[in-house]
Amino acid sequence: MKTEALSRGIVLEKKKSEWRSYELVGFWALRLTLVLVLLILGVIVFDIVSKGAGVINWEFLTQPPRVGMTEGGIFPAIVGTFYVTMITIAFAVPLGVGAAIYLNEYAVQGKFTRLVRMSVRNLAGVPSIVFGLFGMAIFVKIFGFGPSLIAAGFTLGLLTLPVTVTASEEALRTVPKAYREGSFALGATRWQVVRTVVLPRAIPGILTGTILGLARAAGETAPILATGAAFFLPHLPDSIRSQFMALPYHLFIMSTQHHAISQVRPIAYGTALVLLALVCLLNLAAVLLRKRYRDRVAKGL
Amino acid sequence: MKMMQTNSNVTLEETRVQEDPKPESTKLETDVENEYCEVKVENLNFFYGSVQALFNVTIKVQEKGVAALIGPSGCGKSTFLRVLNRMNDLIPGTRLEGKVSIHGENIYTPNTDVVNLRKKVGMVFQHPNPFPKSIFDNIAYGPRIDGLKDKIMLSEIVETSLQGAALWNEVKDRLNEPALALSGGQQQRLCIARALAVKPRILLMDEPTSAIDPIATQKIEDLIRDLCANYTIIIVTHNMQQAARISDHTGFFLQGEMVEWGKTSSLFTNPEDQRTEDYITGRFG
Repeated sequence: MKTEALSRGIVLEKKKSEWRSYELVGFWALRLTLVLVLLILGVIVFDIVSKGAGVINWEFLTQPPRVGMTEGGIFPAIVGTFYVTMITIAFAVPLGVGAAIYLNEYAVQGKFTRLVRMSVRNLAGVPSIVFGLFGMAIFVKIFGFGPSLIAAGFTLGLLTLPVTVTASEEALRTVPKAYREGSFALGATRWQVVRTVVLPRAIPGILTGTILGLARAAGETAPILATGAAFFLPHLPDSIRSQFMALPYHLFIMSTQHHAISQVRPIAYGTALVLLALVCLLNLAAVLLRKRYRDRVAKGL
Repeated sequence: MKMMQTNSNVTLEETRVQEDPKPESTKLETDVENEYCEVKVENLNFFYGSVQALFNVTIKVQEKGVAALIGPSGCGKSTFLRVLNRMNDLIPGTRLEGKVSIHGENIYTPNTDVVNLRKKVGMVFQHPNPFPKSIFDNIAYGPRIDGLKDKIMLSEIVETSLQGAALWNEVKDRLNEPALALSGGQQQRLCIARALAVKPRILLMDEPTSAIDPIATQKIEDLIRDLCANYTIIIVTHNMQQAARISDHTGFFLQGEMVEWGKTSSLFTNPEDQRTEDYITGRFG
């Protein structure tokens, strides 16, 4: 009997060590995936930086393209992306935040709000080229904006709307119920509760989410392709009805559509680097905002 | 907490049919008619969806003084308190039957101005819930949403409210510091001051000391005794000793029913209902 117990113990030990080796393999597999992901990111960033950094100088950032876009800079594309992003903000932020406030603070929660939420989330999965076509049909044609900053900005706005609404709702939901109750109990109307207690608390979260959405929109090509981005323009856009050049579209042209692709390859990489830097900058802004928000919460103000 | 009381529903139907209250004890009714009631609740039934939380509650609270509501958890005392300033409106699917009047006015009519009601009937919650703003801004919150912008008047209100809540001396030099930096007991007195700033006549307190240490509790109890000279205070408490210490009248709730309501001294020394006696002598709860 003793030997039986002993042998059982040995079997258990064996199983344990077997498990341990399984675990070890599992951990290493997980580590490998992490390394792989970082490696991919690293290769992309390294490739773009190493090939693009060479062309970046003051002239590249401040001059328009010259000589059939084989020389000069990308200034109009930077300006165009900046303008179109501004319009995207002006369109998507009030609409998205407003919808989120209604959904979270006013609407009676039930089937309808669930349906709306589901639709909004699914909207996030719609391919961006579909948004582009929709934007062309609605803003360019039906609204008669023509291919323009405003049509492209609105289209990008639609694209970011799901992100804005979801992030805003998330931010509103994290505002403690106790604040709302405290405010209501002092005789505040619903709007006063939202304006004085809920929004101040939620705005940093709303901004963070919105900036991340914008960063994605700023790098999109498909939605602006048919709604206002131009191959080349000799001058900067002078109104919201003007067509514009944009970084992602410029990159697309320089890497696939140009007549002397190999000659302009460095410019393409330079454009990619500027775009990457821009998106990183936006993400960094989101991170800093979040940090400031956390500090403020810690301080209780 | 599921409550099935088909019987009481039937009796409710009957009493509601008799709009005229005379058939009941006439002497009592005339007495009631003559006295001015700060809060008067008649045959109150309250439902969360299909679950009934309050059964046929009738209570009359006099002006000034402290009324305490005691009872085990989930007995409906907090629900009852929130009926009085219509905070339950914020919970979807709630429903109410019966009559609730404050200062002789039914507060559950379609024309009731809930915002105004809540200015008259202030509330202090179980967990201190100062806003994440400065001490000053917390107290000034109520007057400000009421449209008051004058800085001098606001400072006056802030000072008198903080004095009223016995907090002024502790915070007068740091009014611009975050309210959340105060201790729990101070935060709760801040919440009381915040409620006082809108000049209510009634103060509802929902277990205001249950999240606070004994010394701070003592301070709040003293404060409640001071305040009750000028305000009608209705306090829900888990703590029977607290009810005995600070209240003039006590109501005992059990499973959504008001079992007994009377002068605190007599309820604790000479309860009429067996269940009250069992509860206050610690046989359950």
